[in-house]
Amino acid sequence: MIEVHGVYKAFEGVRVLKDVSATFETGKTNLIIGQSGSGKTVLLKSIVGLHQVDEGEIFYDNRSFTGMHDKARKGIRKEMGMLFQGSALFDSKTVEENVRFPLDVFSDMSFSDRRDRANFCLQRVHLENVNNLFPSELSGGMQKRVAIARAISLNPKYLFCDEPNSGLDPRTSIVIDNLIYEITKEFNMTTIVNTHDMNSVMGIGEKVVFIAQGEKGWEGTKDDILKSDNERLNDFIYASKFLKKLRAEVNK
Amino acid sequence: MRFLFHTGRYFLFLKRVFGRPVKHRIFFRQIIDEIDDLGVGSLGIVGIISVFIGAVITLQTAYNIELPIIPRYTVGLAARDTILLEFSSTIVSLILAGKVGSHIASEIGTMRVTEQIDALDVMGINSAGYLVLPKVVAMVFINPFLVMISMGIGIFGGWMACVTTGVVPSAEFIYGIQYAFIPFYVLYSLIKSLVFGFLIASISGYWGYYTSGGALEVGRSSTRAVVVSSIQILLFNLILTQLLLA
Repeated sequence: MIEVHGVYKAFEGVRVLKDVSATFETGKTNLIIGQSGSGKTVLLKSIVGLHQVDEGEIFYDNRSFTGMHDKARKGIRKEMGMLFQGSALFDSKTVEENVRFPLDVFSDMSFSDRRDRANFCLQRVHLENVNNLFPSELSGGMQKRVAIARAISLNPKYLFCDEPNSGLDPRTSIVIDNLIYEITKEFNMTTIVNTHDMNSVMGIGEKVVFIAQGEKGWEGTKDDILKSDNERLNDFIYASKFLKKLRAEVNK
Repeated sequence: MRFLFHTGRYFLFLKRVFGRPVKHRIFFRQIIDEIDDLGVGSLGIVGIISVFIGAVITLQTAYNIELPIIPRYTVGLAARDTILLEFSSTIVSLILAGKVGSHIASEIGTMRVTEQIDALDVMGINSAGYLVLPKVVAMVFINPFLVMISMGIGIFGGWMACVTTGVVPSAEFIYGIQYAFIPFYVLYSLIKSLVFGFLIASISGYWGYYTSGGALEVGRSSTRAVVVSSIQILLFNLILTQLLLA
């Protein structure tokens, strides 16, 4: 479980996060949703420690991440896996080398064991016969799947996904969402997904935190969203005329 | 103020670069790769420039000392000392600041804007050390070799110019390059090349590492890396010359 308590973050005097508190549960896909520029990426990067928070605390299974010194933080970092918006695969390494990289650096496994683990992770994301290809030779969806395989190679307790569907077609987005959901259940991870894709919200949003202008605007499940009378949340969800019309018809 | 900001951040960056590296096996493999990429990959340009500049130095010296009282072997002596003292260490390092510096800054800058450095940080890897230290070690190791190769090729270029144009007899030129040879000049040049290698890799790594934005900023970082490295090479050339030759 990851808990965020009263987090504030500003860049050059501009407040981006204001008193954000939320709990992200283990074994569930926790979604952070909000408009572009609402502060959800800053929140996610603050949770993983890429940004230092100005105020507030972040706990990983009751361990204060913000109050830790670097050495202890490193220990928690080894329990994290992250999928970045642009995949962030290492261009100069092959697919297999990318997936094996965390194992090469942190594990004491033999080379053949590391290769077996990399192959297992690639098969888990339904990728085969791509081991010797470079990231530039893969499609966007395949790159995301390699990034997921790399993220799970060390068997992490926490998985973070920053806009995993950006740049993907709807069908591939569903494949990626389902993968994230299945992996979360299979490895009992605490997964946080940053998204503004409503298909993802309605598909895998077991817990949803809505961020609006740097503040937590709403919190609930995907089922609660449709019944919510939160104005800011509804403005975000029913932004398109089509959805507004659909909602009006449903409410009739 | 910006100068002070970058100077302070550069030294903090160096502290991170010299932090504990990843597994030694990976670190040494990275150094070998960087030596191949940055050093061996620069042999061509170092060779071409050295042979031509060596030839031009020889011809210019020959055409400017045509007094009968000055012996012709002086051309070889002057060309040798110019190549040993200044050309092979400073000018070759300035050229490498352009080639290697822009390569390092753009490579690391691209990794920054595509979140590859964030990925390393999230994994708990000291990204500055992982990316920059092997390049610094490789440049400090390989730059003296490049300079020595440049010395040899530069003098060979001078001799070729003598032979092909007949401006100085070959025997006189060869006598000149052996005449009043001071071995310390080679050591002086190699000491400079060590420092210049460090400056090129660390300054370029710094500008690449702190790139923010997109492709345009990667280009800007690359340009800044070359400009700042070149200025620092010139500054340290002055300081080292005063310290070592005074």
